[in-house]
Amino acid sequence: MEDLEALLAAHPFFQGLAPRFLRLIAPCAARVTFNAGQFLCHENEEAKQFFVIHHGRVAVEIYRHRGGPVTIQTLGDGDVLGWLGFLKPYHWHLDARAMELTRAVGLDVLCLLEKCQQDHELGYELLKRYAHYLAVQFRVTKLQIMDMYGK
Amino acid sequence: MKTGDRGPETGNMEMSLDALIHPAAAQPMAPRQFLVQNVRRETPDTFTLTLARPNPEEGLIFAPGQFNMLYAFGVGEAPISISGDPDRPHLLVHTIREVGNVTRALCHQKPGRAIGVRGPFGAFWPVAEAQGNDVLVVAGGLGLAPLRPAIYYLLSRRAAYGSVEIIYGARTPQDLLYRRELERWRGRFDLRVHVTVDAAPSDWKTNVGVVTALLPRARLDPFHTVAFLCGPGVMMRFTVRELLNLGLKEDRIFVSLERHMKCGLGMCGHCQLGPVFVCKDGPVFRYDRVKDWLDRREV
Repeated sequence: MEDLEALLAAHPFFQGLAPRFLRLIAPCAARVTFNAGQFLCHENEEAKQFFVIHHGRVAVEIYRHRGGPVTIQTLGDGDVLGWLGFLKPYHWHLDARAMELTRAVGLDVLCLLEKCQQDHELGYELLKRYAHYLAVQFRVTKLQIMDMYGK
Repeated sequence: MKTGDRGPETGNMEMSLDALIHPAAAQPMAPRQFLVQNVRRETPDTFTLTLARPNPEEGLIFAPGQFNMLYAFGVGEAPISISGDPDRPHLLVHTIREVGNVTRALCHQKPGRAIGVRGPFGAFWPVAEAQGNDVLVVAGGLGLAPLRPAIYYLLSRRAAYGSVEIIYGARTPQDLLYRRELERWRGRFDLRVHVTVDAAPSDWKTNVGVVTALLPRARLDPFHTVAFLCGPGVMMRFTVRELLNLGLKEDRIFVSLERHMKCGLGMCGHCQLGPVFVCKDGPVFRYDRVKDWLDRREV
């Protein structure tokens, strides 16, 4: 469990989180490894885990019925995947596929929500991190959809 | 820069180079004839032209970041950045996107045809002053073209710099310039290259996302890094913001601006941006010198 705490503490998303909070969430965590080509999640599946990526590269894809999958974002070391899983109805809205060997910590979403319910200070700390991550995601998404390289 | 307290000044390179980069002729409005040697399609609408003087002994000495006015005879003239190797001045290389009549005429030239060239014009990337520093090159879309001469310069004098990192973004994999060269650069141990596109099919093996998302992954020592930026205005604005967030000072960031340039000499006023003329005082500027004018909608 201690090595999981250390692993979480080393990740940018949890940077600065007090050790007592890391101890609280560590029981929700498990190491996960995905080989190249393996899916971390599929659209519409129940979102059971929130992934904290330590090493590797993950393609976030949307499947188009006539055009096949299109990659809309890649994630790598220091990124997280699955923050929307915290919002009901807890379903993935995208596919995510490991492009290379990817190591991550998977956090059980329901377990994490329960911890936040029990300790609102932890909930607030995580909320601040989600809000920051969300703001960054909105910023880059706006740039991405405006087609800034167009003529 | 080596002292770490002041950024380099654009246009004050070593004398040997400085003496060479001004429009050669006493008649800067008169085009010199160059012959098209090769035309290469980079993307569906972008072509790279290699030009040479009829007498191969003659060349055109330029500094990285400068541009020429290219004249498609009978059609008109357009300002185009030089994208070739400054150490090979006998070959003049320009990468051109087909967007109007003149650029269309330039892109559809055949080998052996003649093109008029005026230049080189403008200020350049402070590659000599950046020696002893890390260099971060951030390019978007066609913006890699004016940065390529700077990359050639850095790589041919690689030992004079700390880490060199290139971040390049485009709309799709098909819109990337110089793909084979990017692959070669990625294979070097003394260079980090990050390529990203806004969207890609699932067989794309590298990054998808905007350029700014890759900046935190750059190994950046803000006190010893000089950044060269070229791309669409929006991309540069957001990249500058991100670099400032990462601790880089304004006087260590250089941007190449694009305006409607006509004479190349600061005479006609077409490219005026507040107190500067982009053709003469730029196109490469130190960010702190133009920042007040970049976001003004009325200029």
